[in-house]
Amino acid sequence: MKNRTKLPNIYLAFLIILMYLPVAVVIAYSFNASRQSSVWGGFSFSWYKELFSDRSLIEALKNSLIIGVLSSGIAGVIGTLGAVGMAKAALKSKGIIEYISTLPIMIPEIILGMVFMAYFSLMKLPFGMVTLVIGHASFCIPYVFMMVKARLAGIDKSLVEAARDLGASETKVFLDITLPLISPAIISGMLLAFAMSLDDVVISIFITGPRTNTLPIKIYTQLKTGVTPKINALCTMMLLCTLVLVVLANFIGRKKPVKD
Amino acid sequence: MDTILELRNITKSFGKTEVLKDISIQIGKGEFLTLLGPSGCGKTTILRIIAGLEEPDGGRVFLNGVDVTEAEPNKRDVNTVFQNYALFPHMNVEDNIAYGLRIRKTDKKEIAARVAQALELVQLSGYNKRYPHELSGGQKQRVAIARAIVNNPKVLLLDEPLGALDLQLRRQMQMELKRLQKRLGITFVYITHDQEEAINMSDRIAVMRDGVFEQIGTPAQVYDLPKTSYVAEFVGNANLIHGRTIEIKDGVASIEAAGGLVKATVRDKQPVPGMEVTLAVRSENIKLYTCSSQTGIKCRLKEISFAGGMQKIFLQLEDGTEVVSSSLGMNLAFEPNSELYMSFDANHGVLVDL
Ligand SMILES: Nc1ncnc2c1ncn2[C@@H]1O[C@H](COP(=O)(O)OP(=O)(O)OP(=O)(O)O)[C@@H](O)[C@H]1O
Ligand SMILES: [Mg+2]
Repeated sequence: MKNRTKLPNIYLAFLIILMYLPVAVVIAYSFNASRQSSVWGGFSFSWYKELFSDRSLIEALKNSLIIGVLSSGIAGVIGTLGAVGMAKAALKSKGIIEYISTLPIMIPEIILGMVFMAYFSLMKLPFGMVTLVIGHASFCIPYVFMMVKARLAGIDKSLVEAARDLGASETKVFLDITLPLISPAIISGMLLAFAMSLDDVVISIFITGPRTNTLPIKIYTQLKTGVTPKINALCTMMLLCTLVLVVLANFIGRKKPVKD
Repeated sequence: MDTILELRNITKSFGKTEVLKDISIQIGKGEFLTLLGPSGCGKTTILRIIAGLEEPDGGRVFLNGVDVTEAEPNKRDVNTVFQNYALFPHMNVEDNIAYGLRIRKTDKKEIAARVAQALELVQLSGYNKRYPHELSGGQKQRVAIARAIVNNPKVLLLDEPLGALDLQLRRQMQMELKRLQKRLGITFVYITHDQEEAINMSDRIAVMRDGVFEQIGTPAQVYDLPKTSYVAEFVGNANLIHGRTIEIKDGVASIEAAGGLVKATVRDKQPVPGMEVTLAVRSENIKLYTCSSQTGIKCRLKEISFAGGMQKIFLQLEDGTEVVSSSLGMNLAFEPNSELYMSFDANHGVLVDL
């Protein structure tokens, strides 16, 4: 290729130095036998051992998983129903509704967190698991909504007509045609939601109760009392989980053909 | 003939464009009716209204004497072969074809038998487990035919069902479909813009233009006795000659055209002497002479072409009208740019647009 530009290389350099290098460092230090992060004391799994014997950390992990599963499940159902309903609706206000459905993605998390906190205390909800699940489900809905909506838009309308023509009722068409065709989008939307929920700190801090810790909150508070390499091990574990989820989400999202 | 399907004064607009303007037709039980017309004239829209996928703005649809204008598509005993196939991408060929039968809770053994039969009909036996994206365009089209026909509906709507097939397969499928239609007594409403296909297969042809039926009749009627110049050109590739009626004697009109006199048999509608008329004559009925006779029009030979065993001679009349004469085999008696006389039998001349 003639006329090569250096721009992609510069971009790549930034990406590696700012994003992937720190990640690599954290991963490397999670295997560091030395307590001091400035010294390399040899390879060791000791921090991982310590990590898994920490009761409160395991408790926080359990909470995070429960919240993640519940909130991504709720978001999956509501987001899907919303997208499917909006696709059928012939409302004038459709554009606006779709816009405000996805707007929360752009609202800064800190504002969402404060809003949730104010609202939940107004509603007199006990802060803890319940508020966490509601809050997480709320900010996860737009992700599912957007993915399902994009998939629906790609489905040939004549498929629905063909099924109707062959004798299927509206419900049957939904179950036999629409649902199977959008299910990859639902699943990848939910996986994305799960990942979002699992690593949320900002919103969670505002809506958690005094005795409920999620994993990210736990990490954050431990940071204040000084970094031990155990945190590095934890970060590595979470990174791995998130990575697996996101890759899975992408993979499922692309697998089946919608159009033949 | 019992009527199974009736359209009564159907109108339909999309936005400001009137797509169907007062469409009425009665279709008999077991009839093969073809909608023939150019792209965009509203053929698919008519099928969609019959299937219930589109609601007409005005008019009624009757199926078996029952007004189904407002009925849901799944409540009509009608199946469609879609122009774009519309196969379910997440189901294999077998499941696609069985879909209608499964909804009707047909017995499993019967489903298997009927699916196999349908696949055989469209010459795709052994393709059961293929997915639509693993099929060629023509194969998809045949699966779409099988999926509709397997349900044995009262009325089958086919939207250019053979459009993607090569000539040979197309001929075979034409015969298969026609035979099946006869055997099962299914009513076909069939769309094509291939005149030959329409003429070969149909009991009746409805020639469409811009949302209206120009003429409805048997293939012989629309081919030999077109009512309008549009039908004459579209179905019979006929030549149009303009002239003035001089006299009408013994059921034959004498017409003065640019460069001479021609005769045409008068049929249901009579022209009055002195009237400007248009006459349609098909190219194979035009005879050419080198010298003048009693009837005949002077013309100039522009070009000769030869294709598919047919010789086509392009002529120009004195008023600039282009006329084509065709004949089997080669005839090299004429030279380009020579002056000739063309004539035809009175009963081959059809007065149109009266
Ligand atoms: N949903 C729609 N919205 C707007 N216009 C439409 C719609 N469906 C059809 N039309 C218009 O109506 C006219 C008739 O369309 P139709 O599909 O019936 O044509 P057709 O005769 O089947 O043509 P073809 O032979 O190309 O399939 C066209 O001008 C088309 O643009
Ligand atoms: Mg069409």
